[in-house]
Amino acid sequence: MEAVHFDNVRYSYREEGGEYAVNGVTLTVREGEFVAVLGRNGSGKSTLAKLINALLEPTSGTVTVFGMDTLDEKKTFEIRKNAGMVFQNPDNQTVASIVEDDVAFGPENIGLPREEIGKRIDFALKAVGMEQFRHATPSRLSGGQKQRIAIAGVLAILPKIMILDESTAMLDPKGRREVMEVVRRLNKEQGMTVILITHFMEEALQADRAIVMHNGEVVMDGAPEEIFARSEELESYNLTLPRAAYICKKLQEAGMSVGNAFTAEELAEEICGSLQKG
Amino acid sequence: MMNDVTFGQYYPAKSFVHSMDPRAKIVLSIAYIVAIFLANNFFGLAAVTLFLVIAVAFSRVPAGSVLRSVKMILFVIVFTAVLNLFFYSSSDELHVLVKWWVITISWESIINMIFLAMRLFLLVLGTSVLTLTTTPVALTDGIESLLTPLKWIRFPVHELALIMSIALRFIPTLIDETNRIVSAQKARGANFETGGLIKRAKAMIPVLVPLLVSAFRRAEDLGDAMDARCYSGSKGRTKYKKLTFGWRDAIGLLLLAGLITGVVFLNIYFGGKFAILNYFL
Amino acid sequence: MRIVAKGLKYVYNPKSPFASTALDGVDIEIKEGEFFGIIGHTGSGKSTFVQHLNALLKVSEGYLKIGEYDLAEKKCNFLELRSKVGMVFQYPEYQLFAETVEKDVAFGLKNFRKELNEEETRAAVKEALETVGLDWNAVKDASPFELSGGQKRRVAIAGVIVTKPEILILDEPAAGLDPLGKKELMELLHSIHGGWCKTIVIVSHDMDEIAENCTRAAVFSAGKVVMEGKPSEIFSRADELLSLGLDIPVTAKCARILQSRGIKIGTDFTCDDFVKQVLALRGKGGERDDE
Repeated sequence: MEAVHFDNVRYSYREEGGEYAVNGVTLTVREGEFVAVLGRNGSGKSTLAKLINALLEPTSGTVTVFGMDTLDEKKTFEIRKNAGMVFQNPDNQTVASIVEDDVAFGPENIGLPREEIGKRIDFALKAVGMEQFRHATPSRLSGGQKQRIAIAGVLAILPKIMILDESTAMLDPKGRREVMEVVRRLNKEQGMTVILITHFMEEALQADRAIVMHNGEVVMDGAPEEIFARSEELESYNLTLPRAAYICKKLQEAGMSVGNAFTAEELAEEICGSLQKG
Repeated sequence: MMNDVTFGQYYPAKSFVHSMDPRAKIVLSIAYIVAIFLANNFFGLAAVTLFLVIAVAFSRVPAGSVLRSVKMILFVIVFTAVLNLFFYSSSDELHVLVKWWVITISWESIINMIFLAMRLFLLVLGTSVLTLTTTPVALTDGIESLLTPLKWIRFPVHELALIMSIALRFIPTLIDETNRIVSAQKARGANFETGGLIKRAKAMIPVLVPLLVSAFRRAEDLGDAMDARCYSGSKGRTKYKKLTFGWRDAIGLLLLAGLITGVVFLNIYFGGKFAILNYFL
Repeated sequence: MRIVAKGLKYVYNPKSPFASTALDGVDIEIKEGEFFGIIGHTGSGKSTFVQHLNALLKVSEGYLKIGEYDLAEKKCNFLELRSKVGMVFQYPEYQLFAETVEKDVAFGLKNFRKELNEEETRAAVKEALETVGLDWNAVKDASPFELSGGQKRRVAIAGVIVTKPEILILDEPAAGLDPLGKKELMELLHSIHGGWCKTIVIVSHDMDEIAENCTRAAVFSAGKVVMEGKPSEIFSRADELLSLGLDIPVTAKCARILQSRGIKIGTDFTCDDFVKQVLALRGKGGERDDE
């Protein structure tokens, strides 16, 4: 089933139009898919994310979420219930000073009864592995933990789509790993549709599909391995290869017979194989 | 590194007073203040002091921490007390001890000074027990709950409480941010420590502008995050946390009822604060 | 100027229920001319340490000397020190405040060198902005708040290097930038390193960044320096790093797997050196020591 559909969508931050941040995007995300959206800062990828849950309304074209048009104000609430969003800055998303109160915020907004909210908190904190921090203060947690709480806050609404708008950009490697681990599990175990906006190429490798945006347009769309194999094209959009893929390419250029590799493990495998043959 | 919800005065501990319902504590504090002003002689104040000592003992907050709260307004207390000492006019000429220019010191003014200083001390110490044992979050919850009846006159109780709790939540973040910006500008040679008032005020611009810009950016982010989490005002909203009134609160209120009755009784039995003079003069 | 710290300790909120030890006896030496990396995860004390280098935190216990400046000494001329030891904070764009880029960059210079006249100041600001790769005419009158994220960061860095500090300290300078932005920033640092800027100290989480750029590095953990040496030395102790919850560069990760398969490969961990080493192995058909 189609989870998200963009039909020739344009968006401009200026009233009078012109300078489209998203410029003629047509795109379909199916339910259960894990899509990474790559692109330089200012390529329009965050705008794309905000168009999905009606934080922004398209200047032209239509965005639908499970068939609901984001321009239809009566559907806004329902769309946001279905498409949860986690943002970039871990400090700017929590409303309460205690973890459980913050996770309760979404369920409270959709008017759930008390007992149900309690269950949702249990479920959401468990899903992100933060049960033991239920009564903690978010401001004392690490960046990765704060983002996991933000994810829990979204999960408690039980959305079908999770949008992460550069949610790993401000984290240290450990925090990034924690968040990616949670996201991958949600996708694999609960069939959550994930749209991950990022500029860490390595993270895109965990997705089923990668989309590259450039000047507001979708310029590449395919499996991450496929995208990274087209390295010249990628570089023309000012993106770099994952480091392992870069080394692999250098080896290939020097005439070594190694297959494409994207992670350190794959690279080691390829080098081993090649050395044994040689 | 003010990374804590427990900024300000809160003293983390597990105690009888800590685990009381914040609403009960707020009501108790208000009634305690009433008792202070109700008391019109030293016996009444002694009863209030006894109540305070019990409260501190059951809060497990070191007496030093409680007393420290007076330090900030010690000047105010001394100043008011001295004014009272010099300018309180005695009704009985016989009790006047010193008379010079506009200043008159009498037995009455001395008693009045002591009485007033005691009242202020008790006031500050008592309210500090409230803030030492209650987190700002719990205080907000308590205030919201106590104000709920005002919803009938369309007073925006929910919005007010939300604003307060978000403000509380962002105080540590903004303090951190301020420290960071101050450090960054210091590293660029900014000087906040010397110079006259105007120079110092001007030196704050490189801190205030970025702080303001960042506060707006955070507010915008938070607005988006709240929208994304289906926030649409208080309509149709439920509440997860319910404050519960327990046996500790009942005991507290009972003790307080005792205190107020006691103070009223002592007022009637011993008369006004100057009655004490009759024993000595 | 050389940086030497011995037994440096620092406690936040001492004597309160919230006391926390950030530095627990730091010993370190950073020589002039180094491109030094400081590694450690959040809360390891690395940020606290670098703030000492700029006298933003005063030495409370221990010894810290930068060149002739004794930072434990109360009489130390901290203003002069700060003009020689530049400090770029994390997300430095959040410190911009003036109406124009030119005024913002000039802020530090006016604080440190009051003797300069209008033209001299302007010339220095222009040079700093050009050093960070911005077009003087295009940005000088612009509001720093109207620029793009990457440009803001460059302006903020210009605001620090405008005094030409001998030592430049940067806390996570590339955080939040996209891959190309990161690459350009590192190129910028290398372009100033060795000129008036003799020593660069970067704090970074990105091990690949450390491996590619630094001449030496130190690993902080629980307020102490637990490893110090060349990146190749540090990253050859991969197990220790992993047990501290830290990453290792992709090259080191790969080398580790190759070594476990009995393929001898050196521990030089820049990408280019790694490629060279692999290619050299190819000639020998992958030397194996079969046991």
